[in-house]
Amino acid sequence: MKQTTFAVGIVFAVTGCAARGQTAVDGGIQAFVGARIVPIDAATIERGVLVIEGGKIAAVGAADAIEIPAGAARVDVTGKTIMPGMVDTHNHIGGIGGGDSSAPIQPDVRIYDSLNPLDAGFRRAVAGGLTTLNIMPGSGHLLSGQTVYVKLRKERLTIEDMFIRDEGGKPMGGMKMANGTNSMRDKPFPGTRAKSAALVREQYVKAQEYRDKLARAGDDVTKKPARDIGLEALVAAMAGDKIVHHHTHRHDDIMTVIRVSQEFGFRVVLHHVSDGWKVADEIAAAGVPCSIILVDSPGGKLEALDVAYKTGGILERAGAKVAFHTDDWITDSRVFFRSAALGVRGGMSRAAALRALTLSGAEMLDLDDRVGSLTPGKDADFIILSGDPLSVYTKVEQTWVEGEKVFDRSNPEDYLHAVGGYGAGDATEPYFCCFEHAEDY
Amino acid sequence: MILSLFQSPRRQRGVGPIHVKRRNTETPFGGRDQGIEGTREREKPERRNGIPSPARKCSDVFPGALRTDAGRPVARARGSVTGPAGVIGLLLFSATVSAQTIVYGETVYTMAGPPIRDAIVVMQDGKITFVGPQGIARISRPPDLSAKVVTPGIVDAHSTVGFSGIFNHPHDQDQLESSEPIQPELRAIDAYNTKEKLVAFVRGFGVTTLHTGHAPGELISGQTLVVKTHGNTVNDAVLKPAATVAATLGPDAHKKERGKSPGTRGKAMAMLRQQFIKAQEYLEKREKAEEDKKPDRDLTLEALGRVLQGELPLMITAHQAQDIASALRLAGEFDIKIILDGAAEAYLLIDEIKAAGIPVIVHPSMMRAYGEMKNMSFETAAKLRHAGIPVALQSGYESYVPKTRVVLFEAAWAAANGLTFEEALASITINAARILGVADRVGSLEVGKDGDVALYDGDPFEYTTHCTGVVIDGVVVSDDPR
Repeated sequence: MKQTTFAVGIVFAVTGCAARGQTAVDGGIQAFVGARIVPIDAATIERGVLVIEGGKIAAVGAADAIEIPAGAARVDVTGKTIMPGMVDTHNHIGGIGGGDSSAPIQPDVRIYDSLNPLDAGFRRAVAGGLTTLNIMPGSGHLLSGQTVYVKLRKERLTIEDMFIRDEGGKPMGGMKMANGTNSMRDKPFPGTRAKSAALVREQYVKAQEYRDKLARAGDDVTKKPARDIGLEALVAAMAGDKIVHHHTHRHDDIMTVIRVSQEFGFRVVLHHVSDGWKVADEIAAAGVPCSIILVDSPGGKLEALDVAYKTGGILERAGAKVAFHTDDWITDSRVFFRSAALGVRGGMSRAAALRALTLSGAEMLDLDDRVGSLTPGKDADFIILSGDPLSVYTKVEQTWVEGEKVFDRSNPEDYLHAVGGYGAGDATEPYFCCFEHAEDY
Repeated sequence: MILSLFQSPRRQRGVGPIHVKRRNTETPFGGRDQGIEGTREREKPERRNGIPSPARKCSDVFPGALRTDAGRPVARARGSVTGPAGVIGLLLFSATVSAQTIVYGETVYTMAGPPIRDAIVVMQDGKITFVGPQGIARISRPPDLSAKVVTPGIVDAHSTVGFSGIFNHPHDQDQLESSEPIQPELRAIDAYNTKEKLVAFVRGFGVTTLHTGHAPGELISGQTLVVKTHGNTVNDAVLKPAATVAATLGPDAHKKERGKSPGTRGKAMAMLRQQFIKAQEYLEKREKAEEDKKPDRDLTLEALGRVLQGELPLMITAHQAQDIASALRLAGEFDIKIILDGAAEAYLLIDEIKAAGIPVIVHPSMMRAYGEMKNMSFETAAKLRHAGIPVALQSGYESYVPKTRVVLFEAAWAAANGLTFEEALASITINAARILGVADRVGSLEVGKDGDVALYDGDPFEYTTHCTGVVIDGVVVSDDPR
């Protein structure tokens, strides 16, 4: 039944795209010429060319080194800066609801069963230059559910339109966990840190046994344990198929995450990591990547008292991998560049800061083969900027996803979502190709 | 003008000079904390008769290389904490001392005229005595602080820092008393915490003056005050003990879920109007009734009376257009001075706000676009300003993480969204000071005004620029890059 539903979803998405694609100008070969190009995985090109075809990047290089294919539509972007669409490793857009507080550990819950693709937040996200998001449930549970990786494609009517699918066609996503004070609450939630860890370990032990029973049963249906979708998800995490995205602030909580992840063998990304600068060497030694957030000031809760602009720089110098996240709505997706710039203010290198908005995040989602850098063969997800990415005065002028323009600051409707104004806060109308924009007729 | 090195003694707000001391730990923000509550000094002060000596010599003018603590030269010791401990508590010093501080800027934005290139600001006994090109300032020693850009100390036009503490636990949350919906008698001076860590935090970015106090969230939550971001007690810090009475219109002030009034917009206005009418009658009776028939003193009505008499403006936080319209209606009915605060949808009512002659302290430019704020615009400050409405920017109230915003960043975002550089700077200096009624003391670099200066190693609005020095009342309170 589930398979059938998915199949219907895919058919709908595919036919929908085909129908809408007829009016798009973006299908053929396009060459963006003259911009300063920041590929992230290669040196910045002062006067470059980006060629895209069929939703993929075909070529990137210096203007005098790239031969623009015959028949390519030339777009003059002299004076602009082009970089990859940004990857937000931790985001709460979409009016989502994960775990429901009935239990502290809810691996059965999928966030994508709750998401509203028409939420105005997605319009703001593309205006901010975000193209790939990890949408997560909150941090009020030890494990609040499965996250979903999405692309902010032009058509976003259903969650199926947004999925990033693995080779088997399954929607990709991770697992959201948390420790520290947010998930310490009244029963049945834990009251202490040790209890938090014990509850998590207990659940993973259960999942280990479930996994082993399944393996022992082989094809013998009489020996198979009853299917448990929660334990299945934990088994996937232990197999490395689902990365655990772990909210954690205090230095000792960070070490607990590392300890538990090593015990059960799940791959983990540390999120927020407020005290990361205190245990940077330990994080680097464990080889655990960090997705961090920079907020204006410390405090607001005890475990965030030492939040620091310098965290990114200290982790970078220690040799740890660093990405930034918006945690939207904690910070607005439209000011995502600010995180990287404040990171530089606090001592991070420019190169690492820009990588932390793009490729490093992609790596933390297992999506670095598709997004995060301007590399031939990867998805044509990129943004056109008016200037230096780290300057407050720079504007995201266009955002492209898989070869389609999903945001254009010169379009009044997009502009409304880029800067705000009356109506900008409302959930947006579903996108249909031929009704909203006169130029699409 | 010749500036002598040896100055006459002074007395600074009765507590003597501020001695900057360092903490011996690195702060989370990459610098070393320059708080006034540190435990170690960097260098043993030279003393004569028990008081620190004024500056005599400096070795160079490298930005931040030298500074003067109340006239005392201190060698730069970046990256290390040297010098014997010589703890001097503020209150231990009742001694008076002369003090001269000199600041150099490649560009000095005075906010009282065009920017001046290659200029210096001289402060004597806490006040500015000279601002102008270095060429005509015959100073006899190098500046204490130098930077690419020098601005007046930043004035945050609306904050709750000092009330809504960093810990966010009941013991440090004094911004909102919810026992009654209308409590204008709550004085800000009775709650402002000078030792709050976030005071020192925002000061590190150049914020020298805060308009802070009771937060939005009740119909009338209490009073606000204006303080400098230094001073041992509120008496030392205060610039204006009662600045406004803070009111809120809109759902944030509604208490329906608690089974209390107001539960609706209509009820909220009815309650406010009734209370102001009561205060009108109270004033009249207090003034005109025979001595034995005068009503008993009532602190609530007295505070509203001060609003009715024009002594205190009513600062009304209102975001949605109908709530802003209600604020204007209230101002008209009672002929009171109001300041609009927040005002997310003010762009819909520009003509009305302008006609009423009301200044607006616009919400933080990067405020989250949800709830009442869902239609907020980055361009509101620019739209109002360009319509001729007096505008200031604010850090606002934050209930969670981050526990405060930094008004410098909010102005930066406004500068990137329609305001010119100088308009944005004015919104956190001179125009903020004017709206708050403290422009005679702060907000611009002019002779006779307080020696409040902020220094930056580049465009102050760029994220990657650092604030490299902060001077308050002529005293260097911070000189580590933030």
